[in-house]
Amino acid sequence: MLSISNLHVGVDETPILSGIDLEVGPGEVHAIMGPNGSGKSTLAGALAGREGYETTEGSVTYDGEDLLAMAPEERAARGLFLAFQYPVEIPGVSNIYLLKSAVNAVRKHRGEEELDAMDLVSFIRDKMRLTGMDDQLLYRSVNEDFSGGEKKRNEMLQMAVLEPRLAILDETDSGLDIDALRTVADAVNQLRDGNRSFILITHYQRLLDYVVPDQVHVLYDGKIAKSGDANLPKELERTGYAWLTGSGEAEPESAAQEQ
Amino acid sequence: MAETTEPVSHYQQLYHDAESTLPGAGIDWVAERRRAAMARFAALGFPGARNEEWKYTSLRPIEKRDFALPKRAGHGLGAPDLAPYLFDEPATHRLVFVDGAFDADLSRIGQLPEGVTVQPLSTALEAGMESLAGHLGRYADPEGTPFVALNTALMSDGVFLHVPAGSTLEWPVHLLFVASEAIDGIGVHYRNVFVAGEGARITAIESFLGLGEATYWTNAVTEASAAQGAEIEVYKLQEEAPSAYHLATFEGYQGADSSVTHHNISLDGRLVRNDVNTALDAEGAYVSLNGLYLGDVRQHVDNHTRIEHLQPGCVSRELYKGILDGRSRGVFNGKVVVQPQAQQTDSDQQNRNLLLSRGAEVDPKPELEIFADDVSATHGATVGQLDEDALFFLRSRGLSQHQARNLLIFGFANEIIEAVKIEPIRARLEDRLVQRLPQSETEED
Repeated sequence: MLSISNLHVGVDETPILSGIDLEVGPGEVHAIMGPNGSGKSTLAGALAGREGYETTEGSVTYDGEDLLAMAPEERAARGLFLAFQYPVEIPGVSNIYLLKSAVNAVRKHRGEEELDAMDLVSFIRDKMRLTGMDDQLLYRSVNEDFSGGEKKRNEMLQMAVLEPRLAILDETDSGLDIDALRTVADAVNQLRDGNRSFILITHYQRLLDYVVPDQVHVLYDGKIAKSGDANLPKELERTGYAWLTGSGEAEPESAAQEQ
Repeated sequence: MAETTEPVSHYQQLYHDAESTLPGAGIDWVAERRRAAMARFAALGFPGARNEEWKYTSLRPIEKRDFALPKRAGHGLGAPDLAPYLFDEPATHRLVFVDGAFDADLSRIGQLPEGVTVQPLSTALEAGMESLAGHLGRYADPEGTPFVALNTALMSDGVFLHVPAGSTLEWPVHLLFVASEAIDGIGVHYRNVFVAGEGARITAIESFLGLGEATYWTNAVTEASAAQGAEIEVYKLQEEAPSAYHLATFEGYQGADSSVTHHNISLDGRLVRNDVNTALDAEGAYVSLNGLYLGDVRQHVDNHTRIEHLQPGCVSRELYKGILDGRSRGVFNGKVVVQPQAQQTDSDQQNRNLLLSRGAEVDPKPELEIFADDVSATHGATVGQLDEDALFFLRSRGLSQHQARNLLIFGFANEIIEAVKIEPIRARLEDRLVQRLPQSETEED
């Protein structure tokens, strides 16, 4: 479904990704780990179509088509979803309005009939059960004054209503307490259906205690340094990333704790 | 004294010719106030570029035009023409003015409680109403600015609202000032006087509406007095014709524990200048000024506000937001004056601007003058563009570039719209805003 081949991406003329190869099949869950600055978020941004990420070499095909040629909204309409590492606040726009607009924009793009207001609300309410989100958050401005955990649940809610075919979670687990982490993991597990694929970008092993990946890749210096099965994270837990850098110690994990 | 310039002599001539036919010509105090105001205007003249208050706003196009006074001719507008602009829910008293004059057929004044006055100003002037005499020109002082002076000299109509102590005007009063197709070359001088006695309440909607393509000048003045514990809420909605000049002054005067809320929504017009001022002249008074101004193509919109804290323990809140596109220009000048005796003043002023194109410009200027020492006064002014991260986020959720832009612009304006408490006005405003958004998509729900 997704085929990344020799992908080189630069930001502001600084090369960040220098030759990524990755195959993600239908229904597969891939975890991408690696130290800060290894290029994990750049990969996520490039796949979702963030501006300013320049592909200098290589290609990405999605369902046999050139993903990189598509506008971000077209990628979304074709079932690609990115859960943001830092969810964006949109003052003055209610969460429910955003969700309705998103669902109908995508439906329209797919040539499906748009849902009316009532159907939309019940559809969204239904998906909310997945995330354990408080109903009143629907009527607040998008992510404004949300706690860190609420913001991440909100990303999961957007994922659930958009019913993507490929979801990329960019460090959705960072900064979460154990309950919120479980919610994220539950959402992913419930949406796993044999066809839907996931790329979980994470700094830590703990998300992978709840979501068992098919493959795990370690990104370092813009390349995949190592790939393995679900046991790889446990190995990393023991060794850290120090073996990658060749120097003594890896940077402390706590430095990445945000929010 | 400035020498009498050509535009000034034009208006002197207009006044001279119309003196005997202006409303209230036969009432001594009315005639005297007009005469004094005209003399004042002649002395002041049109403000030039060296006048700090008009630094960014050139009035040359108005000066050059020599606008005439409204003619007493039929306008040909009927109820169906105005239907889209009326607010029938909640029930309102409605006073419609077309091209400077009250139109009784298009208006509807409902049952009024004992002692309450809701009247066209022309009628109140003709009758020389004593309750009007005590207020007209007291808050909007012709001595102050040239346009209040000119308005006082030439005022043709408007509304006199008087709710005495303890009374409540349950329905909002909708003042609809319509410019028809036939108004080309005309200057209209509307004057409104709102007086809320002790504990009384007034809600007024002032809509300025241009239906054609005519070039005309609206010079409107509203003065509002809120006595102790009174509440006045004014919604000013400016939707003039695209080539219209719109100058408007609001002057509030507030007693103890009174509350004035002014919403200033400016959507259209070629050159727009709003002066919104209030004096907090007794303890515990509260004022809230909300503003939203949209500019596109070559529109120029200037908002000047002045809040004067004269007594202790008053609260002022101000939020003005501008959205400027095309080659439009915005000006915000927010003055807050805290006089020495106004201790425990609590004041906050915010001005936020969104520039949607490279050609658009805005000059925000907060001006705090604080002469008391025990005061909380905060202010902020920002000028920014649409947030790229937010745009990408919305597009990653399937919205087109277009929809994403419009949603962000809408969200920016929404803070002001949400402060509108009357639901049909809010809905109408949302509607208008969506229409006015850059190349907005009509299929949006």
